[in-house]
Amino acid sequence: MPYALREALAAFRRSPALTGLSCAMIALSLFIVGLFGIVAYNIRRTIERVESRVEVVAYLRDDASPNAVELAQREIAAFPEVQRVYYVSRDEALELARRDLVEFRAVFDDLDVNPLPASFEVRLRPGQRGADAVKAVARRIGSYPFVEDVRFGSEWLDKVFLLRRVAGAATLLLGGAFAVVAALIIATAVRMAVFARKDEIAVMRLVGATESFVRRPFLLEGLFTGLAGSILALVATYGLFRVLSGAVVQLEWIPATWLALGLAVGAFLGFAASALAVRRHLREI
Amino acid sequence: MIRLSHVCMEYPRTGLALDDVTFMLKKGEFCFLTGHSGAGKSTVLRLIHMAERPTGGEVRVSGYSSTRIREKDVAMLRRKIGYIFQDFRLLANRTAAENVAFALEVTGARSNVIRSKVARLLGHVGLASKAEALPGELSGGEQQRVAVARALAHEPLVLLADEPTGNLDERASWGIFELFRGINASGTAVLLATHDLDLVRKSPGVRLLELDHGRLVYDSAAVAA
Repeated sequence: MPYALREALAAFRRSPALTGLSCAMIALSLFIVGLFGIVAYNIRRTIERVESRVEVVAYLRDDASPNAVELAQREIAAFPEVQRVYYVSRDEALELARRDLVEFRAVFDDLDVNPLPASFEVRLRPGQRGADAVKAVARRIGSYPFVEDVRFGSEWLDKVFLLRRVAGAATLLLGGAFAVVAALIIATAVRMAVFARKDEIAVMRLVGATESFVRRPFLLEGLFTGLAGSILALVATYGLFRVLSGAVVQLEWIPATWLALGLAVGAFLGFAASALAVRRHLREI
Repeated sequence: MIRLSHVCMEYPRTGLALDDVTFMLKKGEFCFLTGHSGAGKSTVLRLIHMAERPTGGEVRVSGYSSTRIREKDVAMLRRKIGYIFQDFRLLANRTAAENVAFALEVTGARSNVIRSKVARLLGHVGLASKAEALPGELSGGEQQRVAVARALAHEPLVLLADEPTGNLDERASWGIFELFRGINASGTAVLLATHDLDLVRKSPGVRLLELDHGRLVYDSAAVAA
């Protein structure tokens, strides 16, 4: 086994408490990120599902001329965000109401005059169903003089997007705070390791070891600590996911790319904290 | 091979440690560097080892200049220099063989090369039977022999010895000195810093440099010339 790898692994044996604490702090920070990641991912999935059903409905004035309506339908269909435009006439609207709202059938049957307006039901292209795109399309459709009202569920759409933003910000903030603490603990562990091995480092330099060779075991130690911490976090996050998913609410597990990213972030965090500490403390020996 | 030209070394707290020191050490030469405690002997050795750079003048060792050497070349230079200290500087938790092997290991030597070389080096310093002993189980003289074996691991061009007999009794001191003479006979230059004048007196014909308060006050080679 190469010297650097052997020494890096030996660190776990030499100072298990400190290395364990470093692992635990990385695990805790990534666990927090993982939990919020699950929340953020599930909100995103919900939004995707909701977005696939997003429609803009424009109600037309009764006095709208058929020619103008037909022209507008063609124009709206040509919007880059729009997938398809259905024209629902007043009669069709009433028929649909009778069919869908069975409990009010008697009311609709007794009507002398059809009170329902004609409408455009506008479906948007995938990727164009975000709040901003929906609002933009609704605004343009609303500018036709014969359009009386445009509906697209703006209130709840805004709330879902806000929730996603809050979850994302909380993930970054809390995860970031714990990551900083983890980095500080790793730096302390490396500092202690450097000073515990100062005689060895002095001899290494004496006999012509390069500085990169001297640094390597410490960098690997940081990398392994980070990786071990992120694996611990993954196990803990998955455990809690299993508990919550069945008992409280149906959740989806985060995708493999997110997991790989989490492991990479943990390993990088350990490596970077170690690199900074080693760079600083080796100068003191 | 080693040339100090008008070397000055000044420390911010303690002031001038070396003042305009100039001398040359040829390939395969044996030389004593003497002077009272604090005269600047260790500073000369550290400068040759490029552990520090002079504040004035130039130190040249085997083609490397103190004014131009890059950090990564320092490691390469040190593989050409063996360094011995008064306090041996062995790793207490490693056996004699492991201490010698360490010098080879950290420079990337292969394990089969390390094994055969360590056995040969320990045999050379007369410690083949103590290969598995920890430094704490060895006498001062034996520990210094392990340090010598380690210093020879890279077959250096020069051996720098900083008061190598300072912690040893007379018999052990003489043994170490004889070891240095043998190493020198096989072509390695030796620069031995000592204030043990007995050792110097018993070695007629060996070049002598004397430092006093950071100045080179005597060079037997210059006098002879």
